Amino acid sequence: VSAAGESLAPSAGCDALTIRADFPILSTRRAGKRLVYLDSASSAQKPRAVLDAIENCYATSYANVHRGVYELSETATRAYESVRGLTGRFIGASDRREIVFTKNVTEAINLVATSWGRSNLSSGDEILVSEMEHHANIVPWQLLCEQLGAVLRVAPITDRGEIDVEAFEAALTPRTKLVAIAHVSNVLGTVNPIRELCSLAHEHGALVLVDGAQGVPHLPVDVRELGCDFYGFTAHKLFGPTGVGVLWGRLSLLDAMPPYQGGGGMIESVSFEGTSYAEAPYRFEAGTPNIAGVAGLGAAIEYVNAIGLDAISKCEHELLGYANERLAEIEGLRIIGTAPHKVGVISMVLDYAHPHDIATVLDTEGVAVRAGHHCAQPLMRRYGVPATARASFSMYNTREDVDRLVLALQKVRELLG
Amino acid sequence: MMDDLRELYQTTILDHNRNPRNFGICEGANRSAEGNNPICGDQLKLYLRVDDDDSVVDLRFDGSGCAISRASASLMTDSVKGKSRAEIEQIFERFHELVTAAPDEDTLEIAAGLGKLAVFSGVREFPMRVKCATLCWYTLRSALDGDSTVAHTE
Repeated sequence: VSAAGESLAPSAGCDALTIRADFPILSTRRAGKRLVYLDSASSAQKPRAVLDAIENCYATSYANVHRGVYELSETATRAYESVRGLTGRFIGASDRREIVFTKNVTEAINLVATSWGRSNLSSGDEILVSEMEHHANIVPWQLLCEQLGAVLRVAPITDRGEIDVEAFEAALTPRTKLVAIAHVSNVLGTVNPIRELCSLAHEHGALVLVDGAQGVPHLPVDVRELGCDFYGFTAHKLFGPTGVGVLWGRLSLLDAMPPYQGGGGMIESVSFEGTSYAEAPYRFEAGTPNIAGVAGLGAAIEYVNAIGLDAISKCEHELLGYANERLAEIEGLRIIGTAPHKVGVISMVLDYAHPHDIATVLDTEGVAVRAGHHCAQPLMRRYGVPATARASFSMYNTREDVDRLVLALQKVRELLG
Repeated sequence: MMDDLRELYQTTILDHNRNPRNFGICEGANRSAEGNNPICGDQLKLYLRVDDDDSVVDLRFDGSGCAISRASASLMTDSVKGKSRAEIEQIFERFHELVTAAPDEDTLEIAAGLGKLAVFSGVREFPMRVKCATLCWYTLRSALDGDSTVAHTE
């Protein structure tokens, strides 16, 4: 999108301090101290480039898309569609028409459940999810199963928080039509072996939907290399705005799927006798979309691309190592999710303080972490904990942030230990 | 901020969190209710023995939650034992007023009638934690109403 291209040039390479300077909120103070934001897995902060792209969209190039014949509308449409192309290249799609804009990853998953699911599944068919899924990758399938009499099966995980691949394979049956699985766990940080799981699923004739909400912000993603059939992610965890999500699907699949919602923009022609629908992806984008939000997503992708996900991933990994080392100093602290291949997401429990109490004390030290079940109640049950306190790291976090976390956790011990 | 924290986690609260009173299942209970804070995952079960005049003869609780919710349930069970339904409603109203008071409001008068429950006066500085302190009270109310649905906070 041209609006995004013209805005602030992001910093080259992954230097957290330089990157941090691009995020206005990160120089604000909380509780009299510099904000240490460790909740990016819930929603990431936004760089100036994204804020500018949204502002520029409204201030200089805004009109409805796919509707007007006047020049401004044409410009707005081109900008909007160029982000579709950019998004496609960002995740290795072979065709820009494979990119459907949704409002978030939840809607991307619901779209597949409703459109693909209802026309491809019948009573007795099976959907396989894993024990580590977010509610967004459980509940849409439960709703579908209830409607069709299909069966939801669950692949177990190991104590370290990895998919038990043998058990996964054993759970695939001739009735398995779809595997729905997270690329990266929002609680455990585990990076799942998607390629391997896709091969196994395909051998058994099942398609694979990957919930990439936590994948895209941390790892370079190439959907063709992963071998999946659907991949969803959300802009707001990728430093973009809220209200924009992406569904990638193989074009042959999208082409064969019925519409998700009816409305303007998704039709070819409408009459009261019957309506024919536009081709993919427009068939799935009923109504005026989030035009400025998509501009923001474009700017976010350009920002991330300029730093490079390989560099981001490497820096985050180093920071994770440092955090693990420092957290080992805290007595009574246990980390839930210890897979060797994980991103910077650390779920903690203390044997003397409940996660909510931890988060309250940390907040008074200016350290923002999430406490709760993280929309993964079955996973909490798996580990026998009611909740965890989760610190999640991003490209703008530093070792000093980890030190502040450790200091704040020592306060928790002082107060509640 | 450490002062606010000490105010929130007063010694009595920490004590009741570590050693909750009236914790466990109640023999001969004739009313019970469950409370949930779905956002936090706090879960609470209350078991009551209520007499013919609608007075709470005995009550116990179990479940899991943070220090505030656990201590609140523990102190609540202590403070409502032997009380009539009308008296309990009055205490809850006053307690609710205390934990939701504006930061500049003088709460001495509200706290005065609450006995030990006054230790929750620090909660008002932490609006996100009001639901932790009140979950047990909403659950108690639904147990007294004979309401079988799970209680939630506002």
